[in-house]
Amino acid sequence: MPIEILLFKLLLCGIIFVVSLGVAAYATWGERKFAAVLQDRVGPSRAGPFGLLQPIADGVKMFMKEEMLPNKSNKFLFILGPSLFMLTACMVSTVIPWGGDLTLGGVTYNLQITDINIGILYMFGVVSLGIYGIMIGGWASNNKYSLLGALRASSQMISYEIAMGLSIIALVMMTGTLSLREIVEQQNAGVSYVVYQPLGFLIFLICAFAETNRAPFDLAECETELVGGYHTEYSSMKLGLFLFAEYINMFISSAVMVSLYFGGYNFPFQTEIAEALGLSANGLTIIQTLIFFGKIVGFILFFMWVRWTLPRFRYDQLMSLGWKVLLPLALVNIFITGIVMWALGLIGNN
Amino acid sequence: MSLSNRSVVVSKKEMSWSERLYLPAILGGMAITIKHLFKRKPTIKYPEEVREIAPVYRGQHVLKRDEAGAERCTACGLCAVACPAEAITMESAERKKGEENLYREEKYARIYEINMLRCIFCGLCEEACPKEAIFLTDRIVPSSFTRGAEVYGKDKLVETLEQPVDVSARQRPEVLEFKQDKKHNHNQTHLDKKAVRRSGH
Amino acid sequence: MLTEYAFWFLTFVAIFSAMGMILSKNPVYSVLSLIVTFFAIAGHYFLLNAQFLAAVHIIVYAGAIMVLFLYVIMMLNLNKVDEEKRSIWSKAAAAASFGILLLVVSAAIGHGHAQSELQSVADTSAIGTTETLGLSLYKEFLIPFEISSVLFLAAMVGAVYLSKKEQYN
Repeated sequence: MPIEILLFKLLLCGIIFVVSLGVAAYATWGERKFAAVLQDRVGPSRAGPFGLLQPIADGVKMFMKEEMLPNKSNKFLFILGPSLFMLTACMVSTVIPWGGDLTLGGVTYNLQITDINIGILYMFGVVSLGIYGIMIGGWASNNKYSLLGALRASSQMISYEIAMGLSIIALVMMTGTLSLREIVEQQNAGVSYVVYQPLGFLIFLICAFAETNRAPFDLAECETELVGGYHTEYSSMKLGLFLFAEYINMFISSAVMVSLYFGGYNFPFQTEIAEALGLSANGLTIIQTLIFFGKIVGFILFFMWVRWTLPRFRYDQLMSLGWKVLLPLALVNIFITGIVMWALGLIGNN
Repeated sequence: MSLSNRSVVVSKKEMSWSERLYLPAILGGMAITIKHLFKRKPTIKYPEEVREIAPVYRGQHVLKRDEAGAERCTACGLCAVACPAEAITMESAERKKGEENLYREEKYARIYEINMLRCIFCGLCEEACPKEAIFLTDRIVPSSFTRGAEVYGKDKLVETLEQPVDVSARQRPEVLEFKQDKKHNHNQTHLDKKAVRRSGH
Repeated sequence: MLTEYAFWFLTFVAIFSAMGMILSKNPVYSVLSLIVTFFAIAGHYFLLNAQFLAAVHIIVYAGAIMVLFLYVIMMLNLNKVDEEKRSIWSKAAAAASFGILLLVVSAAIGHGHAQSELQSVADTSAIGTTETLGLSLYKEFLIPFEISSVLFLAAMVGAVYLSKKEQYN
């Protein structure tokens, strides 16, 4: 690998890390603002104009708070839990194609950290590791409520991972590849995959809500009914990491959904528009990246919109939705996709 | 018999297929929440924006001075008697020679305290005052960190000479007239009552 | 060069975490070091160009099975160390059976080594990719593959039956 590409990838790693932290920080602000607006309130408005410095104030607050370690907890694992959760939250961003190619000084740089040909599987592997952060944190707290919360959260994530994987299989059958970049590239001329896979997208969307422990599936948040979740014993920035990782997860899963189902960084009539405006390839790439982020922000707002609309599921309802509704639906979706592809002669020829 | 015609009888009938899908209900709920995006926010951002209050708002009390700048209060205690919350307490003293410019009458309130935590801002003290000395104003009583700070003494209650408090909104001519009207039993002092009795017999 | 360093690094991680898995007193640490071992082995798969296997190894073993192990271990009350006393005979039997297993495995590895030398000329760049693996699984080995999935089905039916049993009695 040439040294300039290696440096570029390192730089890209840093940029994506900072951007995802920034997006997550401002997602907390956006969440509060959006919730306020939906509830006819004003929301954070004191720290800076429109409360824009609120994330910084929150971060400072989190760092300044007293750090509590439960007396008989396992100190090492107690600290490992949130760190692991944060790590896995950041790891998925490596396979997401953030944009097309940039050509600088005759060298083509790709706005994706690594294009491994098993991108989707990698994503699943990392997501399934996120469970460990929760479980270790919940267990190491040495608190039965934390432990039960951890079991709840992790079994929820495991259950919905299955339906999520099956919903993607139908998509992978159509794309014939597991690389996110290729999936995005396939959508650059034609229609987004959401048109072909509406049911698959719906299942994936619901599972994404469950995987990120958000909105109607946020059982970890119910302090009043269930004594909180896996982070009951956490305080200070360790709690902050758990909460922050949730927002990073939301950002990343929005990016994944946009890449898989909404054309990624492509936008309609992009070649025509680029020609009409006389854009260079680099200019188009930058605009594409901005469009990609616009789509992601749209999805994040959707996450928030759902959160402030729907009431929380009861745990048995959550499980029966995952296993009795989404899983069969995903299987039916695979079946229908297979039948249609076979009828169109796309498979079964060789 | 329903009063509002809005009561709904709860039925536990089987949900139809579309209802069990929940998606229409979810979309309906999301439509409702997004509508609130465009609604006016009722929030008043307090320090910058102050809630509009009535001109006769009953807020923090003031002990008025007369035109010459002498305190009007004579520590008669009628306000304390009238106070339903028993928030007012006072101690009277005799005016010394040379204090005529400070106190209007021979007796004055050496200590005058209103416990703002007890006060219900009903305005009965103002109504009871025969000397037009105490009034409620449109100032809001600020909060404080200790209970003791909420007991307002004369230092906070008596208006300063430099910044007289305008009570014209509450001290309207009709009110004054009403207070002077001896037809009403509660406006009669014992002297009036004595006079009425004497003329009657 | 880089792959060689990666190989040695992964090997050391795998061996030491495997040792840690056996030697640690705390079962949770054991499970965690086993997960690290799985990761190292997945890294080895990556180096062998078997990305699909690596990903599936992480998803299935580290992501699903070890989570279930962790469930069980966390739900057990492990504060008390109440290891039951085993008789000398059972220890001897365990040692003997494990020794035989080791013998078989090492023989298999030696045999496999001899074979792989013969096949090393074959192109290995595409051998572990999803496509080749899928084609060979669903074309050449379709029937064994499906039969093994029937085995899973049987296990699932058994689990359902066990959990439902109380209602029938």
